[in-house]
Amino acid sequence: MKPLIELRNIKASYDRHPVLQDVNLSIAERDFVGIIGPNGGGKTTLLKVMLDLLPPIAGTVTRSKELRIGYLPQVNNIDKQFPITIKDVILSGRYAQSKWWHKTSRQQINKLNELLEFIGLKGQHNTPIGELSGGQMQRVFLCRALISDPNLLILDEPNTYVDKTFEASLYNLLGELNDKMAIVLVSHDVGTISSVVKTIACVNGGLHYHASNKITNEVLQSYNCPIELVTHGQVPHRVLKHHDHE
Amino acid sequence: MSELIELLSFRFFTNALWAALLSSLVAGIVGSYIVARRNVFISGGITHASFGGMGIAYYLGLSPFLGAGIFAVLAALGIEWSSKRGGIREDSSIAILWSLGMAIGILFVFLTPGYTPNLMGFLFGDILTVQNADLWFLLAIAVLCLLLVIFFYPVILSIAFDGEFAKVSGLPVQSIKYISAVIVAIAIVLSIKVMGIILVLSLFTLPAAAANLFAKSLDKVMVGAALIGITGSVSGLFIAYYLDLPSGATIIFTLTIIFVLLKIIKALR
Repeated sequence: MKPLIELRNIKASYDRHPVLQDVNLSIAERDFVGIIGPNGGGKTTLLKVMLDLLPPIAGTVTRSKELRIGYLPQVNNIDKQFPITIKDVILSGRYAQSKWWHKTSRQQINKLNELLEFIGLKGQHNTPIGELSGGQMQRVFLCRALISDPNLLILDEPNTYVDKTFEASLYNLLGELNDKMAIVLVSHDVGTISSVVKTIACVNGGLHYHASNKITNEVLQSYNCPIELVTHGQVPHRVLKHHDHE
Repeated sequence: MSELIELLSFRFFTNALWAALLSSLVAGIVGSYIVARRNVFISGGITHASFGGMGIAYYLGLSPFLGAGIFAVLAALGIEWSSKRGGIREDSSIAILWSLGMAIGILFVFLTPGYTPNLMGFLFGDILTVQNADLWFLLAIAVLCLLLVIFFYPVILSIAFDGEFAKVSGLPVQSIKYISAVIVAIAIVLSIKVMGIILVLSLFTLPAAAANLFAKSLDKVMVGAALIGITGSVSGLFIAYYLDLPSGATIIFTLTIIFVLLKIIKALR
């Protein structure tokens, strides 16, 4: 299958510090990749390269002609005081699908109404975003990413503000959406990520691709990826390493 | 009443009224955009940098507003460019342009032989000497701003709100940011005639900040800011005339009073 986006031998830097070295990543239709790694390891830089916001110093990015990206940025980068309504935020996502001089289509309005109903904000078209809670705002931005029917959904730390009840339904939704689109999910929360994604990429300067959602100690050690080990079980739990002196 | 009719028969006063009206309209639209994007300080830098161009043009015997316009556009593009390229921190580069422009301006005004009667006018505005040509320029930029907002509002809104997302969506973000920087610079320079370099910023920020108290979306802020600006500047102009005070100052006072009243009304609701 032809990949939607392919990164080959990417070297990228941010604020003049080299962050990514020799990174290869290919995302095909209906992939579900979890991107994990320590802070400063290059997760955001990798996203910026994929989103064409940061030109790499070396290497190539190949994008399929059909590629349509839906993007959910980190909500704390957004100005919550900006005078804009929920409707206008969500509809600003339509330019990935239609040209900027086109009017909003009937179909996009229908989709807007559907999405608002789904996130529990039915009829709140004209509510300014300043009146929303962090979790509600994040859902609105998810809708902005979805309104253009993307085939690649990129989410940067989507569980930062989302409350626990919505977190479960968010992951259910992502599972459903994955039938129609590829998903790249960046998170520091390894525990939840490994239960929803199909494959995992650990970014820490380089990128280590792990073609399964199980993370073992060997995986972590061989990849030099300083994160906690997680495992699946009957009850959600974490396994911490033995203390050295024991 | 007959006094008012007599006043309105004077060319200098009707010109001043039109100038107040048109610059408030422009400042309402452009100012709402600046305030929403949190670019007020950038606009201050552009305004003060324009004094450099004014001084050079004055020295060379050219139109001071042509010089100011060129300096303002260059400063606006320079700030937009340097914030994209990085290297210098944005607030530092604004402060440098701000004071450098003023220094160049005062140097050339000083070097110009003879008496310099217009200096106070440049700094604090000189609304009673507005010429027909000034009004035509103001009308042109007002019409341009209105047309852009009417036809491209969703795109302007998307880019102002979240430029990075707009870029991912494929909007021509960088070109539109440069175009809007140029329009902001021209709008400010044309309003300098009314308010002066030092006072003009308030015409762009006070009405927008007041409208922001109640309006829920940028288009409503723009309409509200234009209405508040027109009310404040026209009443300020009449107060200035009847009490024989500098109009720039009275306009700022009326705008501030409107802002405070709206703030109180909001707090009481």
